[in-house]
Amino acid sequence: MALSFMEGNEALARGAVAAGCNFFAGYPITPATTIFNSMLKMLPPTGGICIQGEDEIASMGYCIGASMAGKKALTATSGPGISLYSEQISFAIGSEIPLVIADVQRLGPSTGSATRGADSDIQFLRWGSTSGVPVIVLAPKDALDCYVLAVHAFNYAEEFRCPVFIASNKEIGMTSESFDLDSVVLPPIVERKIFSGDSYLPFEAEAKKAPPFLPIGGKTIVRQTSSTHGPDGYITIAPEVIAQNQERLRQKIHSARNRITLFEEDIKENSDTLIISYGVTSRSVEEAVQKLEKKGNPVSTLTLKTLWPVPEELLRKKAKLFKRIVVVEMNLGQYVNEIRQILCDKQVEFYGQMNGVLITPGKIMEVIENE
Amino acid sequence: MNSFLNKNRPLVYCPGCSHEKITTGLDKAFVNLGLDADKIVIVTDIGCSGLFDTFFNVHALHGIHGRALTYASGLKLANPDLNVVVTMGDGGLGIGGAHVLAACRKNLDLTLIILNNFNFGMTGGQYSATTPADAIVGSGFLNQAEIPIDICAIAKSAGATYIDRCSGLDQNLPGKIIKAIQHKGFSLIETLGMCTGRYTKKNNLTPKGIDQIIEDLPEMPGAIEKNQRPEYGERYRALAKERNVFPGAITIEKQIEFKDYQHQEVVILGSAGMRIVTAGEIVCYAGLCAGMNVSMKNDYNITVLRGQSVSEILISPEKIGYPGIESPSVVLALSDEGIQRRKKIFANLKPGTFVLKEKSVDIPETKADVTEIDFKELKIKKQDWALASLGLMAKNENAINKEMLNYALKLRFNEKLYQIALETIEKIFQA
Repeated sequence: MALSFMEGNEALARGAVAAGCNFFAGYPITPATTIFNSMLKMLPPTGGICIQGEDEIASMGYCIGASMAGKKALTATSGPGISLYSEQISFAIGSEIPLVIADVQRLGPSTGSATRGADSDIQFLRWGSTSGVPVIVLAPKDALDCYVLAVHAFNYAEEFRCPVFIASNKEIGMTSESFDLDSVVLPPIVERKIFSGDSYLPFEAEAKKAPPFLPIGGKTIVRQTSSTHGPDGYITIAPEVIAQNQERLRQKIHSARNRITLFEEDIKENSDTLIISYGVTSRSVEEAVQKLEKKGNPVSTLTLKTLWPVPEELLRKKAKLFKRIVVVEMNLGQYVNEIRQILCDKQVEFYGQMNGVLITPGKIMEVIENE
Repeated sequence: MNSFLNKNRPLVYCPGCSHEKITTGLDKAFVNLGLDADKIVIVTDIGCSGLFDTFFNVHALHGIHGRALTYASGLKLANPDLNVVVTMGDGGLGIGGAHVLAACRKNLDLTLIILNNFNFGMTGGQYSATTPADAIVGSGFLNQAEIPIDICAIAKSAGATYIDRCSGLDQNLPGKIIKAIQHKGFSLIETLGMCTGRYTKKNNLTPKGIDQIIEDLPEMPGAIEKNQRPEYGERYRALAKERNVFPGAITIEKQIEFKDYQHQEVVILGSAGMRIVTAGEIVCYAGLCAGMNVSMKNDYNITVLRGQSVSEILISPEKIGYPGIESPSVVLALSDEGIQRRKKIFANLKPGTFVLKEKSVDIPETKADVTEIDFKELKIKKQDWALASLGLMAKNENAINKEMLNYALKLRFNEKLYQIALETIEKIFQA
């Protein structure tokens, strides 16, 4: 067997290319820069386009323009860049522009620490746009996940015509590691649904679905707008039209939430404790659990790969079997309240850490053992 | 086609507003150029100039204030056959100044029409980046403490290849727009116009007054001779075409059977310039040659040529979970900066841990087995200390052996560098 060796960021770029990504625009920022570096090496030979924007806002604008011309676009940044992306993210959400945004998170707030990891942006990614329309956020735990989730991210972006976030972390993106790349089975590629009828209205869609797509620059005239619009893509103030569109934007993702739920589990029949985690932290959890089992203390784990939409049904189903639920996060508790809301009949314990270093397996063992 | 104007969407501008003439002027230009509607896209942002896209039966993208050029660039790069026309007011110009500069510097084949009417018409006549300091505006006295910009002069210095300026009421506007669209590269037309709703009455600005302002400003000739150069898209595509080799992943076959290999944690403590990351990669490759799983985390300052450089490597027959160092089996202490960065680890090192300490550095007290080496005496340069340390690791069979190291060096370096690396390592084997 041969193992491949790469950073999480390179793996994410390879996943994007495997998904058919043919446009990248980004602005350098540690710890996301190596995604840009990788795309710059990978896109020209595959006929794709890779651009360094004059800033983060421009990078997102280039991606939006390219996506509306039919390209599959990726951009990559970290927390400070997501702040700048925000206005364009709102545009992409409201105007149903497919995009994948890799957020290689670093320790915030603000400029924070360029080379220190944290899951800083978990709520920011969900709510850092106007209107509150649901978004999709996937969380890899290692390089292999970066590769695979990049494909899922593009598939969701194309199907739901929305920006999809990959919430990576400095500790994944800039850590090089080995994995068996050749034996990875990627999900089948999903392309956006192309309109095939007679008279095209760019935002006319079935209930709970994204509208079929036609590119700007094709034979049929296409309108795109950041303003509140009706099916024809012109500004509207008709309350019923607005309400219908808002509801559809919400429902297209909300109603598909179970299908969007990606996770890993290690459920042990003889355990009464379930640790829920995501991202790089789940690797510490797994190691802690192995050690605890050797000490005769079996503990189950649930690793969430889809953070938004919140996998309500999964959480309810998995938590049912356990007396004790422990949530561990590389922040001071951004996601635990989502879980508490859903598991409102359970006592949900929390351990979080926000100091620029990984939570160690030892620390997690301590949390579990000191009931 | 005799007009691209959308009959269902009549113009809605204030009576006397120059935007109306510019709208019809743009339409005439499209007609005279003989363009097809599906080959035109109008990109707009916010404000009265942001209404342009709604008046035409062509492709349209209406986006966020100041950002129109960014969408336009994405569209043009993705579809070079499109005629991309951007309209922007003096508001968008102020907000999106960085994008205007970038468009001038790039020279992508876009046409930017700036509709400068000296104020923010839509929000109440506040001052913009082009409002004269003596104008009466909706921002009280604030404009009196600033000066307006001359975007044409800025564009010229930023490398724009085509710049024109005229009144929005200029009879020759369609002809000027035609020339700008025909220009291969980024073209910018600044139109100076009447905002009858908010500005012109208060400031006694007349069409003749606008003509005078233009006359007083430096003349813009259209093509700017000194800035002429290839169009960005063509240049980009030519350069990109030369990059035709897809970089495959680094994939390493198991070469060596290493029975009972135990989980190893290697920490290399050095400084920038000591090729610490390269040494870390070699350790990883060595592990991969033996069919092991590996991971590597590096810690260095953003000041690349200064400060600590630390590499932390895990090698394991098992899949690697937690990618941090918990119990090092090898510590290479090569510089004080690196040691300072991880000084806490020394107190907890177990007996049996291999610590290699260069003679010139100090390490905190430790129970580990410390081997001191004097690289200077061995005439090994500082930049090779990390590499040479790997030789000692291999010699002692700490985490790697000679065979693994040899494979790793072969994989990491070209033939010439491999031979040089071998010479360095041979010194250690002989020592």
